[in-house]
Amino acid sequence: MQFQLDINGETHALDLDTRTTLLDALREHLGLTGSKKGCDHGQCGACTVMVNGRRINSCLTLACMHEGDEITTIEGLGTPDALSPLQRAFVEHDGYQCGYCTSGQICSATAMLAEIEAGWPSNVTGDLEARVEASIEEISERMSGNLCRCSCYPGIVDAIRQVTKEEAGA
Amino acid sequence: MRAFDYVRAGDTGEALRQGAGEETRFIAGGTNLLDLMKLEVMAPGKLVDITRLDLGRIGETDEGGLRIGALVTNSDLAADARVRRDWPVLSRALLAGASGQLRNKATTGGNLLQRTRCYYFYDRGEPCNKREPGSGCAAQGGMNRILAILGTSDHCIATHPSDMAVAMQALGARVEIEGQDGAREVELSEFYRLPGDTPHIETVLAPGELITAVILPPPAGGRQVYRKVRDRSSYAFALVSVAAVVTVEEGRIARAQLAFGGLGPMPWRDARVEQALIGETPTKALFDRAADILLADAKGHGGNDFKIPLARRTLAAVLTQATEAAA
Repeated sequence: MQFQLDINGETHALDLDTRTTLLDALREHLGLTGSKKGCDHGQCGACTVMVNGRRINSCLTLACMHEGDEITTIEGLGTPDALSPLQRAFVEHDGYQCGYCTSGQICSATAMLAEIEAGWPSNVTGDLEARVEASIEEISERMSGNLCRCSCYPGIVDAIRQVTKEEAGA
Repeated sequence: MRAFDYVRAGDTGEALRQGAGEETRFIAGGTNLLDLMKLEVMAPGKLVDITRLDLGRIGETDEGGLRIGALVTNSDLAADARVRRDWPVLSRALLAGASGQLRNKATTGGNLLQRTRCYYFYDRGEPCNKREPGSGCAAQGGMNRILAILGTSDHCIATHPSDMAVAMQALGARVEIEGQDGAREVELSEFYRLPGDTPHIETVLAPGELITAVILPPPAGGRQVYRKVRDRSSYAFALVSVAAVVTVEEGRIARAQLAFGGLGPMPWRDARVEQALIGETPTKALFDRAADILLADAKGHGGNDFKIPLARRTLAAVLTQATEAAA
C-alpha cells in the first residue's frame, strides 16, 4: 500500500504491507531507530512516539493509518548538540542504565508534561477539578506505561521534576 | 499477523457498506485488536479504518445528559470538564485503566468491545471456547486468578476487562448503534451477553453494526466512587472494582447505583443489591447483607476463590466511603 507519513517535519513516501506497524515503519523502513521495540504489545512503552502531540505506543498502531498525522520521534526532539530540556535532564540525573527504554521515556515524558499543562487529571489526583502539580506521585502514576528494567525510576523522576521546576522558574 | 485488506472509510455510510462481511472488522484505536492480530487470536481478512468518521465529539443531549462519540479517546473523555464535574465516577474509572499512551489511542466504542485478558484466550496452544468454539476451557482447572466468579458457564469463565464500562453501567448508559438497516439504541445493561454455550458471542451487536456513541443520562449527583483493587497500583487490570453512585437523604440511602468489574463476563450490575440498600440506614450490617445478595451465586474456580471475600470487602469499603461523605 502506498502512503505518506509526516515525521519530524519531513514527508516520506512509503509503499508497505498493510500489516506494518508505525514502529516497524520507523525502524525498518525509515532508519529512525531511536524508537525501540521492547515487548511489541503495548506493555513496556519503549516504542513511545508522539502523534499530533500525543504520546502513543507505535507498536500498537498501523503505519498506514497515520497519513496526514504529525509524528514526532526521539530524533525530532533534540540532537546531540542541541538536547531537549528532558534529554539534558536525563543525562544530568542518570535517568537510565542500559538506555534501551530512554527514548520512549523521554517521548512519553515530553507529552506527559503537556498533559499536566493542559490540566488533565490522573488516577492519583485528589480533586478532579483542581490544578494538577507535577509531584513525584503524579509523575510516577503518569509514567507507568514506560517500564525500565534497570529500574532507574528515581533518576527518571528526578529528571522530569527538574524540567518542571525549570519551566516554572522560566 | 495474517495479511488483510485495508480500507479507510470517509463517513459512517461508507464504513457500514465496507464493514459488511463476516471476515471484516472496524478499526479505530486498535490497541486491543492489533495485539490480538499479532498473536493471530483474531485474523480478520479486511480492516475498515473508521478514524476519519465524525464521531469524535462529546455533546450535550436534550435531556441534560452527554452524547459521547464512539471515537472520543479515553484521555479526552476522562479530561472533559463536564465529565469531571457531573459524572466523576466515569473520569475516575477511565483514569484507573491502562496507561497514558493507551488512553490516548483507545476509544469509547473500542473500549466497550475489548476482549477478555484470560491467558487461555491469548494462548493458541490451549483450548478456549471463546477463541475456538467447542475446543474447551483450559481456565477451569488452570490459572484463573484474574477470572470471573459471577455469570460464568461450564464453557467460559472469562471477565470483561474494562474499567470505563463499569462506570457507564453504574450510570445507566445507553449504546447508540448503526447498521445498514438503520440506527438503534440499546441499554448498556442489555448490550453484553452471558457466555452460556456461546462465549464467542459477547454482545448484541450484529455483524457489520457499528457503535456510534454512548449516551449518559443526566447527572445523578450524590457521591460517586470508583475503587479498583489490582496486583500493582498502576497499569493493571482489576481483580475487583466497584463503581458507585450513592445519595443519602436524612440518614437513609435514597439512591444506590452499583456496578462491578473483575467479577463477571460483563460489567456486573444487580438490581437486587441496590434494592436492598435503598431506604435503609447505612451500616456495616447492611453492606454485608448487600454483599450476601451480590455473591449468593458466586463460584470460585480455585485460583480466584479470593475474589469472593475481596468483593465483599471492597463493596463495604466503597459504600462506607460513599455514605460517610454524604452523611
